[in-house]
Amino acid sequence: MRGDLLLLAIVASSLLPGLIIFSLPEPMIRLRTTLNLAGALLKVILVVLLFLHLLAGRTAEFRLTLLPEMDLLLRADALSLLFLSLSAVLWLVTTIYAIGYLEGAPHRSRFFGFFSLCVCATTGVALAGDLVTFVLFYELLTLSTYPLVVHRGTPVALRAGRIYLAYTLSGGVVLFAATVWLRAIAGPLDFIPGGILSILPPTLHPTLTLIFLLLMLSLGVKAALVPLHSWLPTAMVAPAPVSALLHAVAVVKAGAFGIVRVVQDIYGTGLCTVLGVLSPLALVAALTVIYGSVRALNQDDLKRRLAFSTVSQVSYIVLGIALAQPLALIGGLVHLVHQGLMKITLFFCAGNLAETLEIHKITAMDGVGRRLPATMTAFTIAALGMIGLPPLVGFVSKWYLGLGGLAGGQSWVILLLLSSSLLNACYFLPVIHRAWFRPAAAPWPTSPFASGRETTWALLMPPLVTATLVVLLGVLAESSGSPLHWVKWILSREYGL
Amino acid sequence: MTDAILQQPWFLWLTLIPLGAAILAFVLPRQAHLVGFATALILPFCALLAVRQGTLPHQLFLNAGGWDAPLGIALRNDGLALVMLAVTAGVGFIISCYATAYFSARRHKPDRPHYFWPLWLFLWGGCNALFISGDLFNLYVTLELVTLASVALIALEGGNKALNAALRYLFIGLIGSLAYLLGVAILYGTYATVDLGLLGDALTNTRLNHVAMALMVSGLILKSALFPMHFWLPQAHAMAPAPVSALLSALIVKTTFIVLLRLWFMVFPALDLVVTGQILGLLGSGAIIWGSLMALRQERLKLLIAYSTVAQIGYLFLVFPLARGDAAAAAWTGCVLLILAHACGKAAMFLVAGTIHHTAGHDRISQLAGAGGPVGVLVVVFALAAVTIIGLPPSGGFFAKWLLLSAALATGQWFYLLVILGGSLLSAAYIVRVLSWAFLDVKRSHYPVIPWVMKWPPLLLAVISLLFGLIAHQPLQLALIDAPVAGRVMLEISHAR
Repeated sequence: MRGDLLLLAIVASSLLPGLIIFSLPEPMIRLRTTLNLAGALLKVILVVLLFLHLLAGRTAEFRLTLLPEMDLLLRADALSLLFLSLSAVLWLVTTIYAIGYLEGAPHRSRFFGFFSLCVCATTGVALAGDLVTFVLFYELLTLSTYPLVVHRGTPVALRAGRIYLAYTLSGGVVLFAATVWLRAIAGPLDFIPGGILSILPPTLHPTLTLIFLLLMLSLGVKAALVPLHSWLPTAMVAPAPVSALLHAVAVVKAGAFGIVRVVQDIYGTGLCTVLGVLSPLALVAALTVIYGSVRALNQDDLKRRLAFSTVSQVSYIVLGIALAQPLALIGGLVHLVHQGLMKITLFFCAGNLAETLEIHKITAMDGVGRRLPATMTAFTIAALGMIGLPPLVGFVSKWYLGLGGLAGGQSWVILLLLSSSLLNACYFLPVIHRAWFRPAAAPWPTSPFASGRETTWALLMPPLVTATLVVLLGVLAESSGSPLHWVKWILSREYGL
Repeated sequence: MTDAILQQPWFLWLTLIPLGAAILAFVLPRQAHLVGFATALILPFCALLAVRQGTLPHQLFLNAGGWDAPLGIALRNDGLALVMLAVTAGVGFIISCYATAYFSARRHKPDRPHYFWPLWLFLWGGCNALFISGDLFNLYVTLELVTLASVALIALEGGNKALNAALRYLFIGLIGSLAYLLGVAILYGTYATVDLGLLGDALTNTRLNHVAMALMVSGLILKSALFPMHFWLPQAHAMAPAPVSALLSALIVKTTFIVLLRLWFMVFPALDLVVTGQILGLLGSGAIIWGSLMALRQERLKLLIAYSTVAQIGYLFLVFPLARGDAAAAAWTGCVLLILAHACGKAAMFLVAGTIHHTAGHDRISQLAGAGGPVGVLVVVFALAAVTIIGLPPSGGFFAKWLLLSAALATGQWFYLLVILGGSLLSAAYIVRVLSWAFLDVKRSHYPVIPWVMKWPPLLLAVISLLFGLIAHQPLQLALIDAPVAGRVMLEISHAR
């Protein structure tokens, strides 16, 4: 198959179902579900095909002229494939979950339409071959997630939507200005491993530093770097599948992925070191790691606690990039995948609690483990992974981050990781303790399902699958095909590290 | 055969056919809508042929009666004229489709279409004549045609308010025309020609020429509603029936601006334009800020859209300070792209507003709540069209702002950078204000039925304007044929500083 067609097909596999779903009347549930699942499955298959295509040593590239001397450029490299396969797999899981979660809810055509568009935008972000294309899809992501955030239509949701837009659109405007400026200085901004800006004369370095600052300011909004993170906990009012997607795959990851691209493929680590911009970035990331965890400690709303945990965990990725060490980079990139798996599990479980038993507060979770054993098992696994317990995936990321810190002679990273793990334990272990070891305040309503199953299959399977992955990918981290193996392959293939 | 077809002066037919049809529609009032619709159907084909012809190597001028300028009347079909002809034909066709449904849905005023069609066809012919006019006097005559026809169209709704708005528009138009005509008289008195090209070659940097320039520019900015001379526009555009509002806002305000654009780049380059350019740019900035702030405060949807037009006109005027030196081509192209994008987007917004008004019986923004119903869907269509107004990708507005931003950067005019970006955020604010009502969940018992011709044309226009950025390359290539600016469109700031 031709590479450019393959790329287009991957983008279209979520765009077309989305557009068709918009036009479907509300009661056509079966057709809508079929379209959703077919799109998601097709995307996974196409991503596998693309993977084989690249393995065979061929390239995949698609160009469309937008303006004189400016193209829309889709290009698959190993890094984009990492993000792409993460989003393809998690989208499939989340779609199944969302179908179960929203059963009987109003406005489902609208929801699934925008849901698909959101994934289409994420795909575009992953496949963008230059900064301009990246910005294009990055902004599309903002547009397509807003309706999902305000989906419930309550005044609280609308307020959250306004805050979300205020942050992301302001960030978008800054990103726009920075990209135009950089384009005017440096010409075409293709993502090339090692960066493209090192050929510019040193007289431009102050300007480049300023543009780097602007880029980090704008990408940092979606990556929820402190102090640009406030939209994320507010956006919690969205339905659980949206939160899961927002936190694990789409929005925060787009921000983090953008930072990876800018540092590695536009500026290049070498130039970044010359400009001296990485240490401040590492500092901000470290601050965010601690701040998010501290704020998570005293949240009683489960989803809010998870949101602050996201703020903290996504910054591991940024930290890994900012340390400018190959080993730390491995840790950061692999955390892109690992954090996605763990966080999506946690949000699925929170959604199950809310949907099945209407539990939103942590204080109401006493003894819930006996009523929802499978859900809480998945939750426990993911939470332990977040804490960084070996052999779960979270440990793998932290291990490599720590190694990178040591290799760079920055031993404070170890201290940071330890204190962060301690804080993670402080806000996750009480939840686990309540769920399993405390007696329930009142007997739980019995299961309406035959054979006493705790909830519907559509709600139960997704967290179990992702939790299994959390264990498996941690245990088998060194075997071929694991994210860790993959990241090492990316680094050796693209960056020669 | 093909030769014979391509030999025809199609750009001239684009003027003559609607004028002839206007007379026909006036003579046959009962068949007016048939005549109008048939003409609207023919014109896009003529425009296509004219464009096809324009891309062939050929002579760009046609002298009426075979007399050369300065004796004869020169008609130009350069790139700018062709894209304007084409966009007027396309948008005009869609608005005409909508108008047939709109007027037949309002049976209580059966005589409206009898007036609407002749006037609109007359206006269409006038616009097209204006685009191809190559001399100052013809421009004056066609401007008058356009003004008179629009005044009558504004008054079409009847009632005190509409008549007031129409009269105010008439007076403003007359004052503007007089100022313009005075400037023309001065130039004609000095150089004994009104041909744009000849004047451009002959003009020298004298005080009298500056007076003429000032008179013509001030007349034209009065007519194109530049802040603070915009006071007549919101009422005029909001009082008219929906198709008329769409025509006025999307196409007609641009006609005066096109005249100014032609004069500035073809006739005035010999004059000292820096101060005037800065004044125009400052007024444009004022329009962006003031128009957006006023749009934020409006309670009625049509007034909001009208104020948004005021702001968007401001963006167009930024071309005058920005088109300097190397940046001229970028600024000019950005301005033309903005005209095209705004034409599609604004027409769609007004058509949606008309449908909302028709469906809900009012257009109060605070009562648009109720997402499940057709009104909610319409507001989403409205938001799609508004993406280009905000300037988010992949709309044409995004790339237009890209070009204007890069021109601001290249000429070091940071003030305009802030204005362009700030205006984007403000427009996002007023659009979100409308949009969030649509997502507010309100249960309604009764959903009105909307005729499909009132739903699909706005949706089509909205989708075109949303995706316009992806196809903007072709119209821009066309517009750049024989453009009065030279140089690179995609700017690169030289590093030798």
